[in-house]
Amino acid sequence: MNERLQKLQSSPYVSRMGVRFDDHGDELTAILPYDEWLIGNPLIPALHGGAIGAFMEITASAGLLAFTDLATLPKPIDVAVDYLRPGKPQDVYARASITRQGSRVANVRVDAWQERRAAPIANLHGHFLIKPIKSNG
Amino acid sequence: MSDTLQDKLDTLAGLLVDGSPHALALGMKLVRVSPGEAVIRAPYQAESIGDPETGVMHGGVVTALLDHACGTAAFAGLGGDQAVATLDLRLDYMRPAKPGCDVVAEAKTIKVSGLIAFVSAIAHDGDENDPVATAHAAFMVTRASQAAAERARAEVEQHMANDKAGGASS
Repeated sequence: MNERLQKLQSSPYVSRMGVRFDDHGDELTAILPYDEWLIGNPLIPALHGGAIGAFMEITASAGLLAFTDLATLPKPIDVAVDYLRPGKPQDVYARASITRQGSRVANVRVDAWQERRAAPIANLHGHFLIKPIKSNG
Repeated sequence: MSDTLQDKLDTLAGLLVDGSPHALALGMKLVRVSPGEAVIRAPYQAESIGDPETGVMHGGVVTALLDHACGTAAFAGLGGDQAVATLDLRLDYMRPAKPGCDVVAEAKTIKVSGLIAFVSAIAHDGDENDPVATAHAAFMVTRASQAAAERARAEVEQHMANDKAGGASS
């Protein structure tokens, strides 16, 4: 599975964000390690909403790449992000679930959390353009 | 003299982007801010590339840029003295940004209702009639952000007092 994620991990932006992946069987968790540069408002302090959104987009791409052979990185068509709690200055975790995957478009949901998975800080719902590699030419 | 909202925003302009470590790290620059509106630029830089094969900027950078521009417009729409938190952000990615081009986000507060501001924005790479992405977002003044705004105000007043003490020529 990690081989399939190599394409994503070779992305300069993904490596700059420092995103790591932890996979156990068919469960893939993305980790955004806390760093000061992820802070949006230092006075609260809270993580930048854009950083959390971007992390969940990366998680969605990883979720798609991990379980399908794709010729290129998934491209977002649209995403809707709900912010549920302020992101504390600590690591963020996220998992993607694929609601529907067609031959060109995939519908993905992502949940992001910090201390408890049952207390998500944000979630994302979006459509991604995908290019699966056909198994028989 | 510092009674108008524009004066207040001009005083805070240096903090709206540079005061946010994430916006600063992505190289964002405030182009202009006025009551209910904000324009912010994100430069094309090597570490913002999403796909090394195409050199296209990662959607996440555009997400952070649009979130920051919308948040700044909401802040400027809510009177310029209350920090805001994103409630939701909806983005349409219309086309990849041109490799090598900066992306500019132009955000406008459509309506303020109590503690909530509704904002829409476009991101483009030169031609505003050919957007890279559009965004619709809702922001709210939360208790945590109210407390943060109090601290920010104290900091700005401190800066102004220091400036006055340092340069008495005017």
